[in-house]
Amino acid sequence: MTWDSIIQRESTTEISRSARNDSTRGSAPRELTYLEAIRDALQYEMRRDARVLIMGEDVGVFGGAFKVTDGLFQEFGQERVIDTPMAELCMVGAATGMAFMGLRPVVEMQFADFISTAFDSIVQYAATNHYRWNEPVPWVIRAPGGGGLRGGPFHSQNPEAWFVHAPGLKVVTPATPADARGLLLSAIRDPNPVIYFEYKSLYRSIRGTVPEGENGIVPIGKANIARSGTDLSIITYGAPLHEALKAAEELARENFKVEVLDLRTLKPLDTDAIFETTRKTSKVLIVHEANLTCGVGAEISALISQHAFEFLDAPIMRLAAPDIPPPYAPILEDASRPNKEKILQAARKLLAY
Amino acid sequence: MNFSTDLLERAYYFMRFTRAFDDRLDFLFKQGKLVGGLFSQRGHEAISVGAALALGPNDVISPLHRDMGAYFVRGMTAERLMSQFFGRATGPSRGRDVNMHGNGDLSLGIIGFVSHLPQALPVAVGVAHAFKLKREPRVAMNFFGDGASSEGLTHEAMNWASVFHLPMIFIVENNQYAYSTPTKKQMRNENVADRAAGYAMPSIVIDGNDFFQVYETVHQAVEHARNGGGPALIECKTMRMRGHAVHDNMSYVPKELIAEWEQRDPILRFENRLREMDLLDDAKQNELLARIEREIDAAQTFAENAPLPDAERLTEGIFAVVTDDE
Repeated sequence: MTWDSIIQRESTTEISRSARNDSTRGSAPRELTYLEAIRDALQYEMRRDARVLIMGEDVGVFGGAFKVTDGLFQEFGQERVIDTPMAELCMVGAATGMAFMGLRPVVEMQFADFISTAFDSIVQYAATNHYRWNEPVPWVIRAPGGGGLRGGPFHSQNPEAWFVHAPGLKVVTPATPADARGLLLSAIRDPNPVIYFEYKSLYRSIRGTVPEGENGIVPIGKANIARSGTDLSIITYGAPLHEALKAAEELARENFKVEVLDLRTLKPLDTDAIFETTRKTSKVLIVHEANLTCGVGAEISALISQHAFEFLDAPIMRLAAPDIPPPYAPILEDASRPNKEKILQAARKLLAY
Repeated sequence: MNFSTDLLERAYYFMRFTRAFDDRLDFLFKQGKLVGGLFSQRGHEAISVGAALALGPNDVISPLHRDMGAYFVRGMTAERLMSQFFGRATGPSRGRDVNMHGNGDLSLGIIGFVSHLPQALPVAVGVAHAFKLKREPRVAMNFFGDGASSEGLTHEAMNWASVFHLPMIFIVENNQYAYSTPTKKQMRNENVADRAAGYAMPSIVIDGNDFFQVYETVHQAVEHARNGGGPALIECKTMRMRGHAVHDNMSYVPKELIAEWEQRDPILRFENRLREMDLLDDAKQNELLARIEREIDAAQTFAENAPLPDAERLTEGIFAVVTDDE
C-alpha cells in the first residue's frame, strides 16, 4: 500500500463528512474538524506573526499529503509555505538554523514514521542546544501518527516515546479539535523545540467547538480531565482518548464512574494531574497506541508507584500495542490497537479489585 | 588582489595567536590541568583565519574543532575560550560541553557544533535560508572535513543550498585523515570538491596552507553569494599535523608525509611572504610573539581562577523559559 491510497481513503471520508455537516458551517460557536483546527492554528499564527513559516514535502502547491496546509500556499506564498527536497534530516537542521536567525519554522513530517530519518537533527542538535550554549531553538515538528488507516508498518507508527526520552524536547499529543488548535498555538510560541503529534485517524472523524483568536490557547504541560469519575482512572493521550471515553460511557450504564485523564502533553508530564486522579480513584489503567515496552505508560506507572503507592487499591495496568511493527491487514491491525472492547475488559478487571 | 597592510597584520596576529594558544593548551594538557581530550589546530590556521577574515561582521560561521582561529577572528575572547578548556562557568558552554564544542555565540555570529559533525551543515544552510527569506545581505559559512563528506547529511545539505540558491559557503578542510582513515578509504574521488558538480554548485580546490589563496578565494565566493550568486564549495587541502586528539600518536601516518607538510607550514610561509613584502622583521615578530604570550598568560590566569559551574544548577536551562512576548 502506498500513502496515496491512504490519502484517497481520507479524502473520501472528508467528502461524506463535510456533506453531512454542512448545516453547522459558519454557525457560532464554530465547529471544526480536528484537521481544520490544525490548519486554523497555522493560518492564525502565520497571519499574526510574520516569523512563522511552514516547511515540508508537498506542503505548498499540493497542500500536504493530508491537505492540512491546503490553501496556505495561496495565502502566504512560496517563501512561507516551502516545498522542500525529500530530506527530513536536512529539513530539521535547516529549521534549527532558521530558528537561530529569528524565524519560527513549523516542519511537517509527511508521516510520523519518517521522523526517524531526522533523528540526529532533533535529538542531538536541536534538543541539546539550549542546555549546551543557551541558544533557544523555537521550531515545531508536526508529525501525523497513529494507525487505523491500514497504512501498515511505516505509515501507522507512534514514535513519541523516543522523543520523551531525549532531554530538551517538548512533546504534545492533542486528541480534540480544540486542543489541536490550542496546543499548536502554544507550540509555535514556545521558545523550545516541540514535537506535535497529530492523529491521522482523527483528522476528519472528530469535530468539535474550537475557540477563535487568542481564546482557547492550551498551555503545554497541562493534562485535562476529559471525564470526571471516582471508581477508576484511565490515563491516556492521542487517538485512544476517544475509545476510552466510549468505554467510560458504557461503564457508566453499569454505574461505574470512570475518570478519563487526557495527558495532552507528554513532556513535560503533568505529574500533579496524574497523582491527583490516582488519589481520587485508587485504580489506574494507562492506555496508549504506541507499543508497550518502555513506552510513556511505563514512566507514568513508575511515577505513580513511587509517589502515590499508598493510594493504590489495585495494580497499575497498561494497555498498549504489542511490541511489533503496526501490521497491515485489518484483522491484524485491529488486534494490535487499543479499542473500546479491550479498554472495557481491562477496566472491569481493575474495577473488580 | 590587493591585500591591505591592516588585513595582513590582523591575519598574522590571529594565526600566531591560534598557534600559541594551541601550544599552551598542549602544555597545560600534559600538566594534567585540562578537562577531557584536546584537538590540535596545527596546520589549519590559514584556513580558519583566512576564511573567517573574508566574512563581513554580520555573517555567520559554523566552525569545526580545528577552527579556533575563526572563533578568535569573530571576537571570541581568549579568556572565555580558555575557561572552556578548564570546564569553568565562564566558558561559552558554562562547563556543559566539551572544550572546542558548544562555543556558540550568535552575538558573534558563531554557531556551536555537535560531535556529529555533518549535523552542522543543514543548520548553517538554514541560517543562509533565513538570510535569503529575510532579504538580508548576509552569508553563512560552514566548515567540514573529509570525514564528514562521507555522511549522507552532507549531501542533503549541499543539495538544499543549491536548490534554494542560498548565500552559503562550504569550506572543506581536507586534512587527509579522519581519525586514522585516509581520504582514499573515504572516497574514490580525488577531491571532495568533485561532488559539488552533482548539485550544480561551483567548487574549487585550493592550497589550504596559503593564507593568500584562502582569503582571496573565499572572499570572492562570499561576495558572489552575498550578491545573490548562490552557494559555493571551497576545498582547502591541508594536513592534520597531530593525531586526531592528543592521545593519538598517529602511527598510521607516514613520517615523510608529515615532514613534507612541515615544509609547507601555513604560518612560516606567511611570515616569509610578509618579510618579502617588507612588512615583517625579527624585531616586529618578537614583539608580537611576546605580546601574544602575555595575552595567553592573562587568559590562563583568568580561567584558572574562574568559578566552577554550580552543580546545584545541573538541570537548569534544559528548556528555554517561556516568556510573554512569544
